[in-house]
Amino acid sequence: MTDFTTWDIVRNLLLAARWTVVLSLIAFIGGAAVGLVLTLLRMGGLRPVRWLVRGYVDLFQGTPLLMQLFLAYFGAAVLGFDVSAWTAASVALTLFTSAFLCDIWRGCVEAVPSGQWQAARVLGLNYLQSMRHVILPQALRLAVPPTVGFSVQVIKGTALASVIGFVELTKAGTMLNNATFEPFTIFTFVALGYFILCYPLSRYARYLERRLYGAGIR
Amino acid sequence: MTLDFSSLLPYTDQILEGLVTTVWLTVVTTVAGIALAVVVAYVRDGARVRGASLVSRLLGGYVEVIRNTPFIVQLFFLFFGLPALGVPISATVAALIAMILNLGAYTAEILRAGIESTTRGQHEAARALGLSRLQSFRHVVLVPAFSRVYPSLISQCIIVMLGSAVVSQISVFDLTYAANFIQSRNFRGFEVYLVVTAIYLLLAVGLRLVFEFVGRRLFAFRQGGSA
Repeated sequence: MTDFTTWDIVRNLLLAARWTVVLSLIAFIGGAAVGLVLTLLRMGGLRPVRWLVRGYVDLFQGTPLLMQLFLAYFGAAVLGFDVSAWTAASVALTLFTSAFLCDIWRGCVEAVPSGQWQAARVLGLNYLQSMRHVILPQALRLAVPPTVGFSVQVIKGTALASVIGFVELTKAGTMLNNATFEPFTIFTFVALGYFILCYPLSRYARYLERRLYGAGIR
Repeated sequence: MTLDFSSLLPYTDQILEGLVTTVWLTVVTTVAGIALAVVVAYVRDGARVRGASLVSRLLGGYVEVIRNTPFIVQLFFLFFGLPALGVPISATVAALIAMILNLGAYTAEILRAGIESTTRGQHEAARALGLSRLQSFRHVVLVPAFSRVYPSLISQCIIVMLGSAVVSQISVFDLTYAANFIQSRNFRGFEVYLVVTAIYLLLAVGLRLVFEFVGRRLFAFRQGGSA
């Protein structure tokens, strides 16, 4: 058996951390796109559509992410697709992220006083125009801090992709542990890797939140 | 595509066993995690009034480390790391400790937000009335803070319950472990996970109802109040 130096461990973990970052970006960007459409549908007029979106959000918020990953992985097989861990993880994490972002953003849109809506409609703007020119610019300011904060949850969520065989930081850690039997060192480094990715985002979210309060909104 | 749920019937016992484990892990974690959070919040509240001590800094570090690393890594760290340091630990104990530490950190942060909205004047008024620091913390700071952040607290406990699915990865026989077990026997992965996911959804709804019931009792005197 080959011996692993500490540098070997760190180097392998760093290489695997790339995929944590890539998967996080896919989930966040994909989730933001789907989440934006869902938010617009949720705030729109059609009652059945609103209920459907609400059901979607409740479903993803009320079940374990691990189960969502398993279902994406095994569900595709039932439908006859042979999906990779990459595809299953990307799809599951994107849907998971979209549900949470939809919920966060709905709250931000609702926080804009209803008088703004009425004023926009009275001026003759239709739903999409009022949304685009009056409501969203105001909601956006409120939305930035919690959205940055949620990105931390996305990064941590990608760790579960290790369970369906996606080789990212956590999976690399368990594989290295099986080869070296140095769990304490390895999982300290793994945890450190996530901390380095997440902590600046947490701090930035808190800073943005403080600045928003300071600006006198609400 | 055919779905066959009847192949699950012989495994009802396993699903029930897993369900029982998930429920008791959640109950113990909720009680112990909130207790831990109250202690952390008490020490950090003291630091806010009197300046930071070493203990309050360490607790701050604990909260940040837990909040900025994945639960599964915390679990592996305890389960694989502690025995390597010469501290033997069973899967169930590791799972329980990891869950309690996790809920404790998040709840401490939630409580801190509630506590910081208590004005200093209320604190001072309580002390002027002759309440000890512990008494004033309990009656003037903690209880109002709890009632303010109670909705966030419910959500956090549900998140920890759902997150407990991960303890299956260190072979704790919870609901998810039961699902994996059955899937490895009858090769009906999709059906098994669908059913178990539905059970988790019901658990989440049930937990919320229980919390809301308890909340109405606990904070009844504040209903309709300014809180």
